Amino acid sequence: MMSVVPVSYYLVLSAILFGLGVIAFVFKRNIITIFMAIELMLNAVNLAFVAFARAHNQLDGLVFVFFVIVVAAAEAAVGLAIVITVYQNRQTLNIDRINLLKF
Amino acid sequence: MPILDHLWIIIALPLLGAALNGLLGKNWSKPVVNSIGIGSIALAFLTAMEAVREFAQLSPEQIPWIRNYFTWITAGIFKVDFSLQVDQLTVVMLFVVTFVSLLVHIYSTGYMAHEEGYYRFFSYLNLFVFFMLTLVLASNVVLMFVGWEGVGLCSYLLVGFWFLKQSAISAGKKAFITTRIGDLGFTIGILFLFWTFHSVDFVTVFKQAAGMPVEAFGPAGVLTGISLLLFIGAVGKSAQIPLYVWLPDAMEGPTPVSALIHAATMVTAGVYMVARMNPLFSRAPFAMFIVAMIGALTAFFAATIGLVQTDIKKVLAYSTVSQLGYMFLGLGVGAYASGVFHLMTHAFFKGLLFLAAGSVIHAMGGDQEMPHMGGLRTKIPITFWCMFIATLAIAGIPGFAGFFSKDEILEAAASGPHANVWFYWLGLIGAGFTSFYMFRLIFLTFFGAPRYDEHKVHVHESPYNMTVPLICLAILSTVGGWVAAPHLVGGTDYFAKFLHPVFDAYAVTPTAANEAASEVAGSPMMDLVHALTGMPVIIALLGLLIAWWFYIKSPETPKKLAQSVRGLYTLVLHKYYIDELYNTVIVQPLLWISTNVLWRVIDEGAIDGTVNGIGRGMRESGAHMRQIQSGNARSYATWVVIGAVGVTVLMLGIWEMVR
Repeated sequence: MMSVVPVSYYLVLSAILFGLGVIAFVFKRNIITIFMAIELMLNAVNLAFVAFARAHNQLDGLVFVFFVIVVAAAEAAVGLAIVITVYQNRQTLNIDRINLLKF
Repeated sequence: MPILDHLWIIIALPLLGAALNGLLGKNWSKPVVNSIGIGSIALAFLTAMEAVREFAQLSPEQIPWIRNYFTWITAGIFKVDFSLQVDQLTVVMLFVVTFVSLLVHIYSTGYMAHEEGYYRFFSYLNLFVFFMLTLVLASNVVLMFVGWEGVGLCSYLLVGFWFLKQSAISAGKKAFITTRIGDLGFTIGILFLFWTFHSVDFVTVFKQAAGMPVEAFGPAGVLTGISLLLFIGAVGKSAQIPLYVWLPDAMEGPTPVSALIHAATMVTAGVYMVARMNPLFSRAPFAMFIVAMIGALTAFFAATIGLVQTDIKKVLAYSTVSQLGYMFLGLGVGAYASGVFHLMTHAFFKGLLFLAAGSVIHAMGGDQEMPHMGGLRTKIPITFWCMFIATLAIAGIPGFAGFFSKDEILEAAASGPHANVWFYWLGLIGAGFTSFYMFRLIFLTFFGAPRYDEHKVHVHESPYNMTVPLICLAILSTVGGWVAAPHLVGGTDYFAKFLHPVFDAYAVTPTAANEAASEVAGSPMMDLVHALTGMPVIIALLGLLIAWWFYIKSPETPKKLAQSVRGLYTLVLHKYYIDELYNTVIVQPLLWISTNVLWRVIDEGAIDGTVNGIGRGMRESGAHMRQIQSGNARSYATWVVIGAVGVTVLMLGIWEMVR
């Protein structure tokens, strides 16, 4: 008899990954690291989607995951382009120093 | 019935004339402007007369003849049609309005010949005729109100025709605003009328009113309320106490305007309206009493002011106010036909008086002061004779138009259905004053030695286009009253008989046509003698005699008299200080409240304060709030996380609550 990993395991892992992503998102200063934190959160959500899709035996969650992956790829393309431009102009990736856009 | 089916043509013609002259006339030569201005009115006159001819062939069941052209307003049960109506009263008004307008238009080509804005003048005059015809042809009270306001607008435009003159502008505004006070009453009256009868059509309203009982004099009912509110409108438009003050000032306008609008037609709109609404008034004795009282008081009061005025047009203005008072006196004592009869004869002789006065002013080179005139009789004979005939007519000398109509009114005041001896005496004494001030005008202007500088003022008779209208009106001022003449020898008053269906259809106690129009009498000869030697005639001759004594025989007497009663003389000369009184009691407090309360406190304080306060509040809170946008992306990230957590907690909380 195959032992089945319960859904709750996946969800806990997803929550841990998401939490780590949030912490990195808030506390890290390097733009690329923040960028990676966002990717981490997205994939944590993907994991939750897949787990639910499997548990309920429905395809909806999987479809959502594809959408998220597509959006993440697009975001990565645009985001990295911005990061490169910012670095060319400011010679830094420290987010605390990129603060000209304010009141 | 080609014209009766297309009544709109009558009112469309003057409108077309007004539009053509007003929009395109600026670059046209005078003959073109003339032919459009006069042509449109002449065509309207001919069309109206054709309509009258066709009207005469209708059977009594077809009257009032109503034609509905389109529905103007529909809102729930409130429905107003653009529908026109012809009955006997309309016929009289149609004739008076179109005929006098035609003569005044012809006269204006002479009088206004050297004025700037010639095309503008004719455009306004045509527009006035359009609105006046709308007023008299309307078959519901709302459409009538359109005409009513329209003539007010044209009055404003024409009084202020010389808009570079400050006094003319003020007079125009005064005319407009004063009548507007009355119009407020009229408007509320219309709403009240609709509220009561659920209709604004004359016929529908009158049919319902005919089924209602006559209201008590004491605690009066809804009909009295409606009648009094409508009468407030008439008081404003027809220049009665207490709203008459605008009419004398309106003399700032060109003289043909005074003749047409402020003597013959527009100011009689109030009289027409009350006569039209007779089914309502007849059932409201208190309203009738008020109408008669205002009429009698105005007739007397305005006549006293006319006694001492020195401006020739001002005398005529107060005379008009006074004569309008007689019309209301006639209506108020229940003699509707007599009131309308006086309206018609007054249109002839007062229109003539104004046009003749214009001719005098023209001859004098613009001077209107009677003390500067004198001895003009031989210099301008046509004007003199026409004006003399009109004076005989207004004074009530037997044989002339005014005699018949004024006599009927006074007779009704003495012995009519709502007779009141006080009103009779007021009217009678007013008639004496009328005779006096009119002959005073004639004697001061045309008799005696010239008091102007004959080297400077070149007195000349007016051209034909001015004298011909005078002669036409002089003929009508003479024969215009004879339709009622057989009445004097116990026969039929044909004017009253003609109008009888209008005033009898919804009367409280219907009478037969002949019975209403004729007196039960002894021998015809005795009646004639009685009428010719009655009090009105005696008092008119007395007025003539006193005027002759004062201004021909012994010119020193008036000055001595003025000296001996100096206080009274000054009071009357300054028109009882009514303008000053209104200025102090109404205008100044209103101005003060408007300036210090409405402007400074309500407008600047409350309204501007609220609007500016909201703006300032936004700006100041924004100044603090924008500190959040620090430019630090990590702080934004924190806000995002806080927001997300907040939303999640909130949604979970709601989720729990729903479960």
